[in-house]
Amino acid sequence: MSRTYAVAAVAAVVLATVLVGGFGLRISRTTSDFYVASRTVRPRLNAAAISGEYLSAASFLGIAGLVLVHGPDMLWYPVGYTAGYLVLLVFVAAPLRRSGAYTLPDFAEGRLESRQVRRLVSVFVVAAGWLYLVPQLQGAGLTLKILTGAPGWLGDVLVASVVVLAVAAGGMRSITFVQVFQYWLKLTALLVPAIFLALAWHDDGRPRVTFDEQLSVFRADHPLYATYGLIVATFLGTMGLPHVVVRFYTSPNGRDARRTTVAVLALIGVFYLLPPVYGALGRLYAPELIHGGDGDAAVLLLPGRLLDGLGGDLLGALIAGGAFAAFLSTASGLTMAVAGVITQDVLPSRGVRHFRLATLLAMCVPLACSLMVSRVPVADSVGMAFAVSASSFCPLLVLGIWWRRLTPPGAIAGLLLGGGSAFLSVAITVSGAVRPPGWPHALLAWPAVWSVPVGFLAMVLVSLATPGRIPSGTNAAMTRFHLPEALTSGRHR
Amino acid sequence: MTGAGYAVLVLLALLLLGAGVLLGRRTARPLRTSDIGTPVEHATFETLHTASLAAPPLRAGLTEESARRSARRLRSLLGTDALCLTDRERVLVWDGEGEHHGRHVMDQVQGLLASGRDTAFHSDCDDLDCPLRWAVAVPLTVDNRVLGTLIAYAPRESAVLARAAGEVARWVCVQLELAELDRSRTQLIEAEIRVLRAQISPHFIFNSLAAIASFVRTDPERARELLLEFADFTRYSFRSHGDFTTLADELHSIDQYLALVRARFGERLAVTLQIAPEVLPVALPFLCLQPLVENAVKHGLEGTVPAPRDPGAVPAGETPTRITISAFDAGSEAEVVIEDNGTGMDPERLRHILRGEGGHSTGIGLLNVDERLRQVYGDDYGLVIETGIGAGMKITVRLPKYRAGVHGS
Repeated sequence: MSRTYAVAAVAAVVLATVLVGGFGLRISRTTSDFYVASRTVRPRLNAAAISGEYLSAASFLGIAGLVLVHGPDMLWYPVGYTAGYLVLLVFVAAPLRRSGAYTLPDFAEGRLESRQVRRLVSVFVVAAGWLYLVPQLQGAGLTLKILTGAPGWLGDVLVASVVVLAVAAGGMRSITFVQVFQYWLKLTALLVPAIFLALAWHDDGRPRVTFDEQLSVFRADHPLYATYGLIVATFLGTMGLPHVVVRFYTSPNGRDARRTTVAVLALIGVFYLLPPVYGALGRLYAPELIHGGDGDAAVLLLPGRLLDGLGGDLLGALIAGGAFAAFLSTASGLTMAVAGVITQDVLPSRGVRHFRLATLLAMCVPLACSLMVSRVPVADSVGMAFAVSASSFCPLLVLGIWWRRLTPPGAIAGLLLGGGSAFLSVAITVSGAVRPPGWPHALLAWPAVWSVPVGFLAMVLVSLATPGRIPSGTNAAMTRFHLPEALTSGRHR
Repeated sequence: MTGAGYAVLVLLALLLLGAGVLLGRRTARPLRTSDIGTPVEHATFETLHTASLAAPPLRAGLTEESARRSARRLRSLLGTDALCLTDRERVLVWDGEGEHHGRHVMDQVQGLLASGRDTAFHSDCDDLDCPLRWAVAVPLTVDNRVLGTLIAYAPRESAVLARAAGEVARWVCVQLELAELDRSRTQLIEAEIRVLRAQISPHFIFNSLAAIASFVRTDPERARELLLEFADFTRYSFRSHGDFTTLADELHSIDQYLALVRARFGERLAVTLQIAPEVLPVALPFLCLQPLVENAVKHGLEGTVPAPRDPGAVPAGETPTRITISAFDAGSEAEVVIEDNGTGMDPERLRHILRGEGGHSTGIGLLNVDERLRQVYGDDYGLVIETGIGAGMKITVRLPKYRAGVHGS
């Protein structure tokens, strides 16, 4: 029976997403409510939307799976995913908003006044977006397989087509409301079952969870290095994620962008308390996953293991719905961002039809990859997208915002050396050319430790070597980035 | 597939890419391969090619940046050891050897800057090994004003070089004249925008004040509110700073405008707004939606005159004018749609207006908005208008969320 409930829950989530996306705005307003209609997105609402978009398959399924298999060391994942916003808050949020840029290529062009840098950044945005999309699709495939026994590719194709149809048809017009809805759905879908599972565990006599057994084949070599790699990638990579950056545009000013980030920290902080609970319980009740099983499945399997009958089925369905919300929201946000960049910088002419074509393009490549490439744990492959973002966009944003002497050649060198090397190592890891264990594998699987410094160094050194190429508008841009809007606009209100 | 297999595949792909790039480079420059033309023709092609490469930077005018970027090409055009470009005060760029001459150059060309005639002089260099013994300086003149000089250095006196330098300088002058032309064209456009953007119809001011006056006795509180709206609206419209604003501010001003219009027409005007909050921060040219709304109001109400004593009543059998303003998020763009159910317009006539042939009074607002949008965002972003006689009018504006240089203030 549980299969029916799960399918119904997934269908309901998909339907609700499309409906909220398409009709969230159709409520007409007359002029008397103009102030309601024209009110900008408040920081809290925007924060819920950012969180909804950000909490992906990696957060929903991956972390619990990693904690289950590898033990409490993996708690660095939720810490890193959250702390990235702290760095974003301190160094980037407000100036990025004040720059007026919608995407990272916009920022690069506005700051460095160079079409070349813009094009290069676009390439990296598309690459990072694709890297991030692949695990979302694979997670969907896995979820559907566990829930219904459907073939592994079905979930990938399902999520990909729902997202492409919804985005291309303009169904995501009220994307903020969709993402807010998805955030609360995801939180509920993990929180409610977690409470029931905890109660069931309590009734079971509160058995102790132990992580004595060290089973990790994958990262037994150099665990400390891997942890640092993860920390660097997630702390510095969040600021460059394409779907996160575009959401800051919605804030009316730099101050609100900061407030939004603070609220995001709170919202995802609360969320990340939950996955470790599943990981720990999974260690007790789904121990077969440790040995060769798929750790990512833990969250989905647990309700059925602890609770019998209708209750277990319903909670399982709720989790399945939440998981699909995770795939859909992150995938649609990423697809929008990548498709936007493709329309602007890759396809020759502009227009609505080109945006649709770009959407298709933005999804086709990751779909093909997700079907062909061997499965890496979801949280790991997301970590790779973070590594690429940390070694390319982080130097660009941080130096672009805080250093006057950045030049276009410097930016290009940093992007190519830092981001390029990170991307290459990630690609080699995913293709499976270097087998574990050993230093080569560790260095390639967690490149951020060395590629981020390489990116920063290349940018700084080449910029210093080309002082003649400092863009003429640097001072104006810096003023705009760092002064509150009320001062620069000269508005009297 | 095994790891080794993947590695081989990646290598193969890289090799193919490299081969493709090489092939592309070879085929893209047939002039370099020696299959066609005589040596003289080749030399001509080479010269023309170099000249065409030097031209684009010069189109930005005579600045340090443009001089730096064109100097190398100009020097290879002349085939000299060193080339120097100056403006009236200082050396802009020194290309080639012997940069120490740069210190004296300005003294040596003083006479030329005053007279505007070609000059040749000996470089009087203290360094005996220095090969640059002789130079020819040619003025760069635009509209009979000497903007700067071009100086070519050589080991000895050379009539050929003097002649060549003169020709090259004349060619540079043409480019600089074009730059000047570009600049005046931009200035013209800017002036046009400045003139056009402050065009709030005087009728609107009379009518608003008259409508407010009608409330002063009957409903003083409303009259006061309307006056404040009017003050706010005019302050926004007449503001002097910044060419750009945000969608939120523009919509706010439109709201005030509509409040004033409704004071006059009351129930006969129904307005619906659908605004996606995501697009409110979008920057756009100042006052580029208000004329469209004004146009919609005018068309919507066209042909019906309100009864003088009873401004709010809907005449029997007449549907109220409905205006819908909506703004959607469309990926990297925002889409604003302004729709009315008024009399509409003959598409042919509209086409005339948008071509600027519609006469003085009609549709100047539409034309102005269309031109400004095209200037700021490019021709892809003009107004899209759907209309027909008696069929109302729907105007769609697409605004990119980011465009270099466009910052809402």
